[in-house]
Amino acid sequence: MSILASPRPVTPRRVARPAPSPGNRRRRRLGLYLMLWSGAALSFFPIYWLLVIASNTTSDIYKSPPKLLPGSHLIENIGKVFDKIDFVAPLVNTLFVALAVTFLVLFFDSLAAFAFAKFDFPGRDALFTAVLVTFMLPMQLSIIPQFITMVNLGWVGSMQALIIPAAANAFGIFWLRQYIKSAVPDELMDACVLDGGGFMRQYVTVCLPLIRPGLGFLGLFTFISTWNDYLWPLTILTDPHRITLQVALAQLQAAFGQDYGMIMAGALMATVPLLVVFLFGARQFIGDIAKGAIR
Amino acid sequence: MTLTASTVPAGVHTSVRSRRRRAVRAWPAYVAIAPFFILFLSFGLYPTIYSLVLSFQKWNGLGSPEWVGLDNYVRLATDDTFWLSVRNTFVIFAISTIPMMLLALAVAAMLNNAVRYSTALRIAYFVPNITSVVAMAILFGAIFGESFGLMNAFLNAVGIPDFRWLSTPLGLQLTISILITYQWTGYNAIIFLAGMQSIDSEVYEAAKVDGAGPVRTFFSITLPLLRPTLIFVLIVSTITGLQSFTEAQVLTSGPSTTNPNSGGAGQGGLTMVLYFYQQAFSHNKFGYGASIAWGIFLIVLVFVIISWRYSVKREDPTR
Repeated sequence: MSILASPRPVTPRRVARPAPSPGNRRRRRLGLYLMLWSGAALSFFPIYWLLVIASNTTSDIYKSPPKLLPGSHLIENIGKVFDKIDFVAPLVNTLFVALAVTFLVLFFDSLAAFAFAKFDFPGRDALFTAVLVTFMLPMQLSIIPQFITMVNLGWVGSMQALIIPAAANAFGIFWLRQYIKSAVPDELMDACVLDGGGFMRQYVTVCLPLIRPGLGFLGLFTFISTWNDYLWPLTILTDPHRITLQVALAQLQAAFGQDYGMIMAGALMATVPLLVVFLFGARQFIGDIAKGAIR
Repeated sequence: MTLTASTVPAGVHTSVRSRRRRAVRAWPAYVAIAPFFILFLSFGLYPTIYSLVLSFQKWNGLGSPEWVGLDNYVRLATDDTFWLSVRNTFVIFAISTIPMMLLALAVAAMLNNAVRYSTALRIAYFVPNITSVVAMAILFGAIFGESFGLMNAFLNAVGIPDFRWLSTPLGLQLTISILITYQWTGYNAIIFLAGMQSIDSEVYEAAKVDGAGPVRTFFSITLPLLRPTLIFVLIVSTITGLQSFTEAQVLTSGPSTTNPNSGGAGQGGLTMVLYFYQQAFSHNKFGYGASIAWGIFLIVLVFVIISWRYSVKREDPTR
């Protein structure tokens, strides 16, 4: 632990009780930012190191002392990944699965959340409690029977085995219900009813436009977690030619583990697209993920 | 999905109607929640019940299952490898969660005082959480590699001899813990930060008037008022930490591994869920695997209840 911890102290810096002099204060500010930026640099370091290894030849990496700067062999290493295994199909599969799951989750979760947040129907509270309870059931309890179900359905090795079970989830319903409660005013709902609007029109014309930021967060969250998912794809994708990126990476490592340059080029390709997607929505995403936890 | 029947929002009809009538009128709401419940019944509840049944059976996936009563659970209770995996999991949990919580608190406290570039800083701290666990585990395998790894090169440079990160149980547990700490410290710091920012600034003003310094303020005001957030983060970290799988699975299944999913050197990286996976899917022991899953569930449940009780009890006197 001490290795990771060293740049950041565990307790805030102790300071003198009386109001510090301007010079003292500036130094304290400087110290604060120095520590914060060192920590931030540490966050990015593994990604930087991924690039360093992915852009050097494997023999350069095995040299002592190790090379600390990116080299010029990135394209060559990426080329090797595509030569050794079929890396295009995993990229396409992962993108397809992540987009499909994200779209379905946004649709089904927002519909259910809208019903739970804005309508009073018999059994609503009991059903919502049921949603919360499903949240608590861990994956490994259901994974063996789910595998057997997939065998019976003939879905083993197929992408729908990843998409269909993930098409709606308790977290999204819970989160969006809170969001809709605070973002969609009853007056607008009533106005829509007076206009002769039904459930679906209220959902499309009143609810959806008002919860777009919330959908943005849930969409990004779902996309990222689906992209990075490993346990279930590893279990169900039994055909080595039809896999997702994370499974492909693990296979690449198991088969060509010594060729670090090539493997890290693969890992880089699995990480960077997601990083770019994340950075687009990061500002709002971070605000929302914290909001969900504080409520 | 074209639902056009007129349904009314809560509160419009306050008159007493028959329950049945309301239920009929609210049919679009039931349709709206149906997809989730259909999926949950088929891929959540049904498999969970099925796995309880399976845990009383012996089955390798072929032929027909054999009813064995409590045999699987008796075996589980005396399975040394299972208990080793329980121990490994708790060791990894302890050496990752405790430093992670302290680090996250320190980062959050610093971010709370930072005005400039605060958004950029928060994004930077969050980035490790969105990196793929598989990619990072492979990378950490290289960084903590024993003869050419960056970490040992660094240790040698400051005069410390090579440490066997990947070929000793403790080394593996440390490497897995550092990986978990890397991915989750920033995430937890962001949650703590939001908790800190929801504390009323008047409380801080009052403390300032009373002459409390920043350290005193942090320990007497910020920490106690942050307790609900601390409990939330602790519970979530417990649930995810005790069920860690990917970090250990990838780190221990490198090219030199002849026996994947076995937990690496001295089985030091064998976590509870990895052992479950190994029994269920490397050895096709569906019945025994199901009983391991239920064993893990019970252990996590008991541990969560204990930490919940402990933290809530500690909370009472202040209320």
